[in-house]
Amino acid sequence: MAYRIVEKNCTGCGACEFECPNKAIKEKGGVFAIDAKKCTECAGFFDTPQCVAACPVPKTCVMAF
Amino acid sequence: MPENKIVPLSSIMRVDSTKPRLSGCSAKTGGKTTSCGSSAGQDDLPEAVWNKIQDHPCYSEDAHHYFARMHVAVAPACNIQCHYCNRKYDCSNESRPGVVSEKLSAEQAARKVMAVAAEVPQLSVVGIAGPGDALANAPKTFHTFDLIHAALPHVKLCLSTNGLALPDHVEQIAAMGVDHVTITINMVDPTIGAQIYPWIFFRHRRWEGLEAATILHERQMEGLEALTAKGILVKVNSVLIPGINDKHLVEVNKAVRSRGAFLHNIMPLISDPAHGTHFGLTGRRGPTPNELRAVQDSLGGDAKLMRHCRQCRADAVGLLGEDRGTEFSLDRLTETRPYDPKKREMYLEVVSQERTDRQKAKEMAQMPERIEETPLLVAIATKGGGRINQHFGHATEFQIFEVTSGGAKFVSHRRTDKYCVGGTDDSDAMATTLAALEGVSAVLCAKIGDKPKARLAEMGIIATDHYAFEYIEASAIIWYANRNATGSVAASA
Repeated sequence: MAYRIVEKNCTGCGACEFECPNKAIKEKGGVFAIDAKKCTECAGFFDTPQCVAACPVPKTCVMAF
Repeated sequence: MPENKIVPLSSIMRVDSTKPRLSGCSAKTGGKTTSCGSSAGQDDLPEAVWNKIQDHPCYSEDAHHYFARMHVAVAPACNIQCHYCNRKYDCSNESRPGVVSEKLSAEQAARKVMAVAAEVPQLSVVGIAGPGDALANAPKTFHTFDLIHAALPHVKLCLSTNGLALPDHVEQIAAMGVDHVTITINMVDPTIGAQIYPWIFFRHRRWEGLEAATILHERQMEGLEALTAKGILVKVNSVLIPGINDKHLVEVNKAVRSRGAFLHNIMPLISDPAHGTHFGLTGRRGPTPNELRAVQDSLGGDAKLMRHCRQCRADAVGLLGEDRGTEFSLDRLTETRPYDPKKREMYLEVVSQERTDRQKAKEMAQMPERIEETPLLVAIATKGGGRINQHFGHATEFQIFEVTSGGAKFVSHRRTDKYCVGGTDDSDAMATTLAALEGVSAVLCAKIGDKPKARLAEMGIIATDHYAFEYIEASAIIWYANRNATGSVAASA
């Protein structure tokens, strides 16, 4: 399981990138994307997925499946 | 590059020789004796503070006539959500905090600052104000400051923050020589804060409601105290939100002053459904110019209020009230002239002389004691330099001065463009201008057409270009003194 970023909603602020404990988030053409292979939904690090909690736009950082 | 977009050196150093000059103690005052007492801005402040702010356009009302600032948009991320901000929204026609067109890397930002410094000798301050929060992007913010300081050590560095991350970074802010910090503080009561902030992101989780507002409030106060304890000048910005914190800002003012804030700046809520903010979409309107002034006045007294703030955008370049940001966008930075310190030195000399002359002109224009004491508001069209040098029709804002027999005092600026006044929408540009001139008795400008002049006259506002290119305060005082003699009595508020 992993999270993904809805590209058309992403403002490119990068708040998620700072918080990701897996370094799974990178900028691509002004917006950010999550590498599903690296994403652990923050299991073992935090109670809640950091990208979801930090993202300023509703319904933008969502479950990949 | 359009010469008239920034105060050209020529407009400050020389005045149009065909215009009558206001010079000498007897100029236009009809032989009324005047005293040359001192009431300069620097006399009101401890010397150490004046030295820090005298070239800072955001902190010194006097400096904002002469010096330019620029913001570099290296900080897009934010750690809180405000109901007056929608971070998704971005529009090149916009001009307000939290909105920006071009995000920069630290290296790009340093290049841009060098390019501006080469073109704009007035540049004194580089700030990081967003478009998110400077300290939510702390590593990038500090790296940018390092690069700028290495290239241009004379440039002052400042940053703006919501305060949430502030206590974690005070040591580094001090170590880097950042001596000006702005904190946006809209409340000191979390029950009010809960109506402004839906959530914050703090210590690896999202907090909402009262809890969020309580944490934010405590962090803001802690950060403010830590900064002032280190001798760093702190300005507090408060957004005036009618119906939520308008009555509460007195408490905010007390709280921040008692913790050593140097300036308290009340800014009007900018609210428009088209901005997609919560307040905009739910019909929460911004204050009218008079409501804003009433709040500023209620805090008056010993509170040092900054009434000349323009709420510039996070990539603004120029003197307050103007924005040359688009001239220095990244794609235009291919070839830049090297920075020439001589140009700046020359400018500093000119400013020093101008400040002295302007102050003298003001003192000479002081009127003898009068019985009548109705303060009148005078709107000034200016491009900077402390002179009346803007065409009425070109003015995107007016500086409002309150004039009595005691002198002329800057009280606010009012914008006529960009966003609507008082949360109302009006496509008629003149109507917007007239709304901005509410309560004003006279408009002093460099030039004005017959039509707008007649329209203003219908509203009881006198418009004149009689004082074109003269110093602002002196002209306002002379206008006030002579207004009865010339038969141009305005109805007072």
